Amino acid sequence: MKASVEIRSAPHIKGPRSVEQIMANVVYSLVPICLFFVWQYGLSALASILVVTAACLLAERLFVGSGTQSGSLADFSATITGLLLALTLPPGFPLWMGAVAGFSAVALGKALFGGIGCNVFNPALVGRAFVQAAFPAAIASYTPSFLPGRFSEFIPSSLAWPLMMPPDTAAWLKAMQIDALSGATPLAMWKFEGMLADIGELLSGSGGHLALGPSPLLILACGAYLALRRFMDWRIPVAVLGSAGLAAGAIHLVDARYPDALFVLASGGLVLGAVYMATDMATSPVTPRGMWLYGTLIGLLTVMIRYYGGLPEGVMYAILIGNAATPLIERFTQPKPFGQDASRRARKSASYTLHPDYISREEAAAKPSGKRWRGRIKS
Amino acid sequence: MKLLSYIRGEAFQRGVHPPSCKLTADTPIRRLPFAPRLVVPLSQHIGKPSRPLVRVGEEVVRGQPIAEADGWLSVPQHAPVTGVVEAIELRPSARGPWSECIVIRTYEASTQEVLWGAPQDIDAFEPQEIVLAVQRSGMVGLGGAAFPSHAKLAVPDGARVETLVVNGCECEPYLTCDHRVMVEQAADLMTGIRHAMRATGARRAIIGVEDNKPAAAEALRMALPPDAEVFVEEVPTKYPQGSEKMLITALFGIEVPSGKLPLSLGMVVNNVGTLAALGRLLPAGQGLVERVVTITGPGVARPGDYRVPLGTPISFVLDHAGAPAEARQVVLGGPMMGQSVASLEVPVTKGVSGVLVFSGKETAGREGRKTYPCIKCGECVESCPMGLNPSMLGMLAARREYDEMAGRYHLGDCFECGCCTWVCPSNIPLVQQFRVAKQILREKAAA
Repeated sequence: MKASVEIRSAPHIKGPRSVEQIMANVVYSLVPICLFFVWQYGLSALASILVVTAACLLAERLFVGSGTQSGSLADFSATITGLLLALTLPPGFPLWMGAVAGFSAVALGKALFGGIGCNVFNPALVGRAFVQAAFPAAIASYTPSFLPGRFSEFIPSSLAWPLMMPPDTAAWLKAMQIDALSGATPLAMWKFEGMLADIGELLSGSGGHLALGPSPLLILACGAYLALRRFMDWRIPVAVLGSAGLAAGAIHLVDARYPDALFVLASGGLVLGAVYMATDMATSPVTPRGMWLYGTLIGLLTVMIRYYGGLPEGVMYAILIGNAATPLIERFTQPKPFGQDASRRARKSASYTLHPDYISREEAAAKPSGKRWRGRIKS
Repeated sequence: MKLLSYIRGEAFQRGVHPPSCKLTADTPIRRLPFAPRLVVPLSQHIGKPSRPLVRVGEEVVRGQPIAEADGWLSVPQHAPVTGVVEAIELRPSARGPWSECIVIRTYEASTQEVLWGAPQDIDAFEPQEIVLAVQRSGMVGLGGAAFPSHAKLAVPDGARVETLVVNGCECEPYLTCDHRVMVEQAADLMTGIRHAMRATGARRAIIGVEDNKPAAAEALRMALPPDAEVFVEEVPTKYPQGSEKMLITALFGIEVPSGKLPLSLGMVVNNVGTLAALGRLLPAGQGLVERVVTITGPGVARPGDYRVPLGTPISFVLDHAGAPAEARQVVLGGPMMGQSVASLEVPVTKGVSGVLVFSGKETAGREGRKTYPCIKCGECVESCPMGLNPSMLGMLAARREYDEMAGRYHLGDCFECGCCTWVCPSNIPLVQQFRVAKQILREKAAA
């Protein structure tokens, strides 16, 4: 026992959680969703996921390698950004544009702010917002799901040459000769043509040839896995979906021209946004009350943008606005310290009660201020 | 997990569940032999250091007072061994700075019986006399805080004490000394509780025991006196239940107001180890010369709870318990709040509840982890028993905005339990940042 001893600060043991573990579990939970997406759209979706994720990882590698920020490829955070971004893009999105989206997501959304943990906005949504502004036509052109031959040929727009505009897919679709084919998303169909899609098909994501993202039910199941293992906070998705559903339901009651709550919840990217985007740890509040407020804000904004804005889909902007409001929300929703919240002073289920006679009305001004500094545990 | 504890009606909000690692819960308390030299620091408690009563070269008998209390918030020290005072000089202390110590060389031929001290009939004493007798015994909180016990038992004017809360939670992983004391010294504990109730005027006593120690709760129930209001209550295991405020919430469902003492709710909290030792020492009129210490850690050959003479150097303790040769880190206290020692010549003092040895393997595992920036996962907010926002405090500390930390974010309420640092996936040393911030604020306030 002559060896030198080391001095460390308490605590001397460490919990099992690590950043890598959290991020890896998010990636695992995304795998089924990505597989479903590939099953829906075939080769193009697979290529899109791979290219976008690779672009994110390349950007991460460049910026981490520059020594300006911490983080590493092994922490999986850029992988999550890539997968999520690919899931929000149309499956036939030209691959070179996907690469631009992936690169700008990490570069503008994350590296610019100082890397992992420092970003203000969800990187995947920053990437999507960037390409939405840059390539508005390409990002609005969806193709129907479950096309025959999707595993043997690409959607033609996918393979557009870099810096070239993609070919129109309408002619290609016409050659399919299937009834009821439309490249419009259910939200766009409702918004511009007043047609409501079948709710069961929306939820499962597998009916007919709708232009849909992955099944909301599957996303909810994967989100439930994350929430149960506490890799994600359950409050935010509950607040987003709850507030959006309530708002849509109320508007539907007043004016039946608007769709019912279930359609609003199941369509578009709301479930994906609520479960995977709004819950991004770095860009959402840490305070429990703040999470409720933040989620509610996003849910309400989504409904407002969808109903009254010029766009069919509003989840992306709602979440980005929520991200921007996060520091402010946190400031006003700090938790109440122990012993300062009058409503928590007494709990009914206690084993013992106190006789009021013994409780000092005004604690004599004797030395509490000196005591406060002393870290005291155990008597 | 969270939901379950909610349905069960959780003991107190938040907190964490570190693996308990109580390797030594079933081993009886053993006695550690006397080291050739014992080092008795004059400051083993919170408050003013004691004043030495002996000179170099003087012979002392085990149990003899060798230093007297200097004022009210101070306690005397007693010779832990029969021997000769070899020096009164500065020696390294657990906290780092060197402090004044009485060094005693052990007489190896002595039987080491405690001959000093006159039996006294505590039941005939007035409450104030009991408090003075407690001070004479040199007793401090044996749970780790080392706050002079008599100062706790002395009820100030105008305050009334209804309940004596006896803290048998021992929420720190690895430590089992309180557990063993409850199992083996239940009768002493009841005697100590009776005297403490008389001293404070409490009409009832509640012993809070975490439900991972059913054997201790059972032993206490068997020893309960028939004629007094003493209860044993099992509380759901959760760290940091051993903090007095958390235990009070678990028992009474009430929060001690921020910045106030439990006394404001008519309560006094004492550790089981303290009261069990008092139950043994007060009637005999003796002083505190030894305490039960858990010596444990991964790789320790003979882990266990040992009755250790105060002043025994850590190196002697480790040799005796068979610490691995590759031991890299030695902690006094539990793994969540304990103090890492810089020198193995540091002695066991009254506040040391455990000696915990980590070898290179475990420290390397923690060292190898990368520290990330805060990813704002909120785990620390969910774990802070005081309801603070450690994430925000950590970011403010990194920017050195200490006044903001103390003002808007209630840094002063933090009692450094370490929950936030234990859960942090980014591996940020939050508690250490808070300690530094508090120290800087203290220095600012003093300047």
